[in-house]
Amino acid sequence: MRRLAPLAALLAGDARADRVVPPSGFTAQLTRFTAGAMAFLTVFALALSLAAGRLADHWDEALARTATVRLSAAEGQMAAQTEAILEVLRTTPGVAAARAITDEEQRALLEPWFGPDLPVDTLPLPRLIEVTETEAGMDAEALRFRLAGEAPGAVLDDHSRWRRPLIEAAGRLRLLGWLAIGLIGAAMAAMIALSAHAALAANARVIAVLRLVGARDAFIARAFVRRFTRRALEGAAAGMALGMLAVALLPRADAAAGVLAGLGFRGTDWLVPLLLPPISAAVALAATRITAMRVLKGIT
Amino acid sequence: MIELEDVSHSYCGAQLLSGISLRLQPGSFHFLTGPSGAGKTTLLKLCYAELRPTRGRVRLFGAELAGMDRDAVARTRRRIGVVHQDCQFLDHLPLAENVSLPLLVAGRDVAAEAENLRELLAWVGLQAQTDALPPQLSGGERQRAALARAVIMDPDVILADEPTGNVDWEMSLRILQLLVELNRMGKAILVATHDLNLIRAAKAQVAARVLRIKEQQLQQAGAEL
Repeated sequence: MRRLAPLAALLAGDARADRVVPPSGFTAQLTRFTAGAMAFLTVFALALSLAAGRLADHWDEALARTATVRLSAAEGQMAAQTEAILEVLRTTPGVAAARAITDEEQRALLEPWFGPDLPVDTLPLPRLIEVTETEAGMDAEALRFRLAGEAPGAVLDDHSRWRRPLIEAAGRLRLLGWLAIGLIGAAMAAMIALSAHAALAANARVIAVLRLVGARDAFIARAFVRRFTRRALEGAAAGMALGMLAVALLPRADAAAGVLAGLGFRGTDWLVPLLLPPISAAVALAATRITAMRVLKGIT
Repeated sequence: MIELEDVSHSYCGAQLLSGISLRLQPGSFHFLTGPSGAGKTTLLKLCYAELRPTRGRVRLFGAELAGMDRDAVARTRRRIGVVHQDCQFLDHLPLAENVSLPLLVAGRDVAAEAENLRELLAWVGLQAQTDALPPQLSGGERQRAALARAVIMDPDVILADEPTGNVDWEMSLRILQLLVELNRMGKAILVATHDLNLIRAAKAQVAARVLRIKEQQLQQAGAEL
C-alpha cells in the first residue's frame, strides 16, 4: 500500500499546481477516446487469448488419456480379432477401459460426411476400439508390439500425431492474443506520448514562465503527467466496461466447439480486464513523464 | 552573490558579449545601459542562468554555474527575482495566483502566505486587482505585478529588464521608487534600461553604478550620468 501512495497522490493531484497549465479543451477528449478504444480492443484480445488457452487445455486434457485401435481384417475374422484385441487391452497396464465402437456409433460418426443412410454393414469399414487410459497412462510402444502379435491388422493411434499440432495451434493463438495486447499497449503509449509532446509544445510559454520562477522539471512534468494519467484511467475504465459488456453479450458455446464459439471469460477470468484501467494509467504516466522530461531538457 | 568573470557569449557564431566581468554584491545597485541589441538582455540571462557562457565563469551564490544541474539552477532562480519587459505571466491565472507562482513551484504553502501576498500587492498598489487576469491589466500594473512576483520569495537579487519600457514617466518613477525601497532592504539590484532619465532620477536617491555595453564589452558609463 505504501508503494501505491505516490500514485494515489499523483491521481488525487494538487488543484493549485494543476491550474498552472491552462485547460486543453477537446484534445483531452481525444486522449480519453484513445485510451477507451485501446481498452475496448484489449478486452477482446484478452478474451481471445484466454479462450485459446482454455481450448488448448481442453484438447490436451480430453485427448491425453484416450487412444483408438483401428482394426482392418477379413469379414470372417473381424469379431475374433476384436475380441483378441479387447483381451489384450484388458491385461495391459495403464488401460482403464476399452470398448468396441458399435455400428450405430460408427454410422453417427460418418453421418456428417455421408448422410444418414450409409449402409455401414455392407462397407469394408475398419472396427474402432476406444481405449481410455488411467492417470498413469500406458506404454503405447509395448501395446503396439503385443497387438502386432495378437491381431496383425490392428493399428494403435494414441492421438499424439494430430493432438500436438492442435495444441500448438491453440498455443500460438494464445501467444498472438498476448502479442496483440502488447502492441495495443505500445500503440497507446505512442499516442499518449505524441499528445503529451503536442501539449508541451503548445504550452512552451507557460513552461518558460515556470522555469523562470524556479520550477523544477519534475514539478512541470507532474502537471502534465497528472492530466494524461487521469484521462487514460477514465478512458480505459469506460472502454473496459464497454468491452466487458460486449463480451458478455456474445453467444455462449462449449469451448470444444472452437475458439470463436468459446470466446469470452469464465469465472475468475472476468477479473483480468479490471487490471486494464490501472495498467493504462501506468502506461500513460510513464509515456508522459518520459516525453515531458525529454522536452523540458531542451528548455532553459 | 552573482559573479561573472571574463564571460563571453556567442550565438550561432555571432559574438554577443566578450570578456565581461561583473560582481553583484548585497545592497548594490547597478544600471546597465546600451543601445538596443547591445546585449543587455543576454547579460541578464547569464545572471539568472537562462544562458550559459561560451567562455568564462559564472558563479551564483558561490556555486559555479558550469557545475549546476537543472534542479540546482531552478533552486538558484528562487533566490533571484526577475522582471521582464513583457512581464511573462500565465494569462489564464488571476493576478494573485501569478504573483504567488514562485511560492507554489517552490512547494511552499500558498494559503499560509495569503497575508504576505496581500501586503505585497498593497505595497505595489494592486490590492484591488487580485482577481484580474493579466490581459486586463494596464502596462504599469503588469510591471508592478511582475515586480511583486519577483520579490515574493524574498530574493537576494532583483534583475529587471527594461522595467519601465512600456509605461509613462510617472509610472516609471513609481517603479523606480519600489526598486529603491528594495535596495534599501539590502537587495542587490541590476536594471537594464536605455532610459537615461530614469538613471538620473535613481542617482538622486541611491548610489547606483552605471555600466554600459559597447562593442560587446562592459564599461563604466561616462560622467554625464
